[in-house]
Amino acid sequence: MNKTAVKMTVNGQAVEGQVEPRLLLIHFLRENLGLTGPHVGCETSHCGACTVDLDGTSIKSCTVFAVQAEGASITTIEGMANADGTLSALQEGFMQEHGLQCGFCTPGMIMRAHRLLQENRDPSDDEIRMGLSGNLCRCTGYQNIVKAVRYAADKLNGRQEAAE
Amino acid sequence: MSDASEMTLEQREATIGGIGCARRRKEDVRFIQGKGNYVDDVKLPGQVFGDFVRSPHAHARIKSIDTEKALAVPGVLAVLTANDLKPLNLHWMPTLAGDSQAVLADEKVHFQNQEVAFVIGEDRYAVSDGVQAVEIDYEDLPVLVDPKQALAKDAPVLREDAAAKDDVGQGPRKHPNHIFNWDVGDKGATDKAFAGAAVTVKEDVLYQRVHPCPLEPCGCVASMDKITGELTVYGTFQAPHVVRTIVSLIAGLPEHKIRVIAPDIGGGFGNKVGAYPGYVCSVVGTIVLGRPVKWVENRIDNISTTAFARDYHMTGELAADEDGRITGLRVYVLADHGAFNAHAQPTKWPAGLFSIVTGSYDIPAAHVSVDGVYTNKAPGGVAYRCSFRVTEASYLIERMIDVLAQKVGLDKAEIRARNFIKPEQFPYTSCLGWDYDSGDYPRALAKVLDAVDYKGLREEQAEKRERGELMGIGIATFTEIVGAGPSRNCDILGIGMFDSCEIRVHPTGSAIARLGTKSQGQGHETTYAQIIATELGLPSDDIAVEEGDTDTAPYGLGTYGSRSTPVAGAAAAHAARKIRAKAQKIAAHMLEVAEGDLEWEIDRFKVKGLPEKVATMKQIAFAAYQSLPEGMEPGLEAVNYYDPPNFTYPFGAYLCVVDVDRLTGEVKVRRFYALDDCGTRINPMIIEGQVHGGLTEAFAIAMGQELIFDETGNIQGASLMDYFVPTAVETPVWETGHTVTPSPHHPIGAKGVGESPNVGGVSAFSNAVVDAFAHLDVTHMPMPHTPWRVWKQCEALGIGE
Ligand code: FES
Ligand code: FES
Repeated sequence: MNKTAVKMTVNGQAVEGQVEPRLLLIHFLRENLGLTGPHVGCETSHCGACTVDLDGTSIKSCTVFAVQAEGASITTIEGMANADGTLSALQEGFMQEHGLQCGFCTPGMIMRAHRLLQENRDPSDDEIRMGLSGNLCRCTGYQNIVKAVRYAADKLNGRQEAAE
Repeated sequence: MSDASEMTLEQREATIGGIGCARRRKEDVRFIQGKGNYVDDVKLPGQVFGDFVRSPHAHARIKSIDTEKALAVPGVLAVLTANDLKPLNLHWMPTLAGDSQAVLADEKVHFQNQEVAFVIGEDRYAVSDGVQAVEIDYEDLPVLVDPKQALAKDAPVLREDAAAKDDVGQGPRKHPNHIFNWDVGDKGATDKAFAGAAVTVKEDVLYQRVHPCPLEPCGCVASMDKITGELTVYGTFQAPHVVRTIVSLIAGLPEHKIRVIAPDIGGGFGNKVGAYPGYVCSVVGTIVLGRPVKWVENRIDNISTTAFARDYHMTGELAADEDGRITGLRVYVLADHGAFNAHAQPTKWPAGLFSIVTGSYDIPAAHVSVDGVYTNKAPGGVAYRCSFRVTEASYLIERMIDVLAQKVGLDKAEIRARNFIKPEQFPYTSCLGWDYDSGDYPRALAKVLDAVDYKGLREEQAEKRERGELMGIGIATFTEIVGAGPSRNCDILGIGMFDSCEIRVHPTGSAIARLGTKSQGQGHETTYAQIIATELGLPSDDIAVEEGDTDTAPYGLGTYGSRSTPVAGAAAAHAARKIRAKAQKIAAHMLEVAEGDLEWEIDRFKVKGLPEKVATMKQIAFAAYQSLPEGMEPGLEAVNYYDPPNFTYPFGAYLCVVDVDRLTGEVKVRRFYALDDCGTRINPMIIEGQVHGGLTEAFAIAMGQELIFDETGNIQGASLMDYFVPTAVETPVWETGHTVTPSPHHPIGAKGVGESPNVGGVSAFSNAVVDAFAHLDVTHMPMPHTPWRVWKQCEALGIGE
């Protein structure tokens, strides 16, 4: 099959590739770029394990073609740590509040939660649940994921003590 | 030697980070940064992909397979069919239950989506094109979907290959579609209890067909090194050592030339115990092509072909006196095993540990009979987040005791209290032969009733009923049997179900431990280190835990049935104790006293009566490599293979409150309180997480999960579009509590907890829904309790509009 050139920015780095038009973005990220943080749990946009941030929106990269991301700026879990390499508030929150078990949903959850906190700096528990409803987790029962996001929101809103 | 540090006992305890502390998980660091290493992340040089051509029919004869067009697809390298595997004798494989299963359909297909051909190509896309291009001609055969029809005289014979055999692994058969009968208990005594009973109740209770559906599907990468003849298989294996033995037996390769690696696993819940055709085809593929072959199933393959759970058609009967004291239990089960008997149970237990069905109750007589049958559905029958068939058993008794309560007009908490095995009866032998190790059921139930103000809830319910509103209170007081198990009654393919741990302490006082189990999210790297930390007096932060590589880890039977803590956790404690015993000798030498003059304190040996004379474990570790007593072997390491003397019996009391909308059938879980007693608690944070997760899976099963088939065997909805996996929005908020009743036979008193919430949870939800209708004389409603079904019940009662 004929290949098409694509260019995009991933985690702040300019990348390019020659891809089949039918290549899914998730496969471009995982196979071509070696970014195996985003996972495939369904390929049908139900589970959210493949969630990445594209031009300021959460997208499920299993249902976007790589060519559709031409020129886009993408962030994956690999680009989530702070610039100095320390863990971001969300990553810290997931660890402190036991927001993960097998870890398979975690990269997608953190990416979605990251965007949620951009959209709503201080969500209520119900808003967090609604905001994450496109991401499935089979292990945690979500309660500690909600707490993890709460932890990050508290920290980002300067309520650090509350998060301790 | 003197104590250099000025730390208090508490500070030293905290530094160790041992049993009982809520230490954060060691594994999280990689997962939260996208650096986990799951099987689909494995990328070997020259790696190619494989995928299946699957049957659209549930029962059909294969007239022809034409692979020519597929082989012409650019990038396709090979297409395997049963005929290609035949010369290697790999077209069928043995199952864990003593039957055989077609690796690639041999002349016939037996269920929809069965594997018929395996296409290997350069990338996923080329393979997908190849799969489309394989042409197969089928001739439809009559389909058997309903297990109740399986043993009919004129039922179609499904397994022609096995029709003439009088045993397919688990005992005598009475029909070509019959797999086994399993009969346990005292029939005579049970019949007598029923004959003389003041009250009897009977109910048909179906535990529907469900699927564990871990977020990561199953997969593997097989790689044959043609030069050395060594085969490496990475895969989603809950039991990597067993896989190595099976590969050796099936493929005829010497076991030392096989290395099985289970990397990070994205949830298992029983789905990743079995051996699947994808594994065999990948192994054949790498042998044929000399390149690593990766196979990863998609979600539809996962739900429709790899190991389902339950499909137990049960009939329960209880006999009781007029006060609701149970005198007899009778159970009949028709078990739908699908097309091949490939359920994963200890080999001698065709219905697993189902005979735990007497539950938490002191029942004098019981009889259980189970028939397994073939149908045109995918094989399986695994323990979906439970110990072997324990969820089925627990669901039955917890439903039946509610049915009895309604019949005799007793409160559902009271009838349980009346029938409990009393604390002073432990150790207790049930009439079906299990030796319960420890328990205090009345205390657990009382604590829950108190926590939720049970009396108040019942009053509220009565008021609501007056107003025509539906509110239900569901109770489950369950007992599990986990930690399989003692090799005298448990084996898999003849291998006793022990487990193992090997610990090496390095000269500077850090250590590595390797175990025969395999975490799929349970946090073993964290909790095993805590057990060893407490036993050895070294900080858990300095103890690395490794599992899943058969070249380095000692042989073990893997992680399922809540067996990791009861079995491998015990092995860890024993291995550590061996090391401490040697350490004591070294300490005596260092301090120039007799061994008996020493006592252990957190992280050191002290000379009795001379508290300033101490040798810390760290100091001893160094000495073990340098200044040893005369004649002692250097080094500080030990291995333990632990064959448990008994199972462990975790228990709990759960209570669920629901409000039912009679106009829409919608069930709202208002409150759920789960009290678990798993004996000694290793890490309370992880226990709570396990409970949350298990309750959520129980919620999914009770409220929505079901694999449905039409009469021609088409699976209805095998994607996440249809198969219910709750999101954060539907999932209730969980409240948890605990009591601690240690196991007397386990070295640290721990019992295991990962599966309790699923076992107890399903019953609590279902009991709550039925309880909402109890005043309308409803005694049972089949799961899952979807709005449609619940509304149908309302409609039948004339309250639906
Ligand atoms: S893999 Fe993209 S949503 Fe499931
Ligand atoms: S942690 Fe396993 S799926 Fe979420």
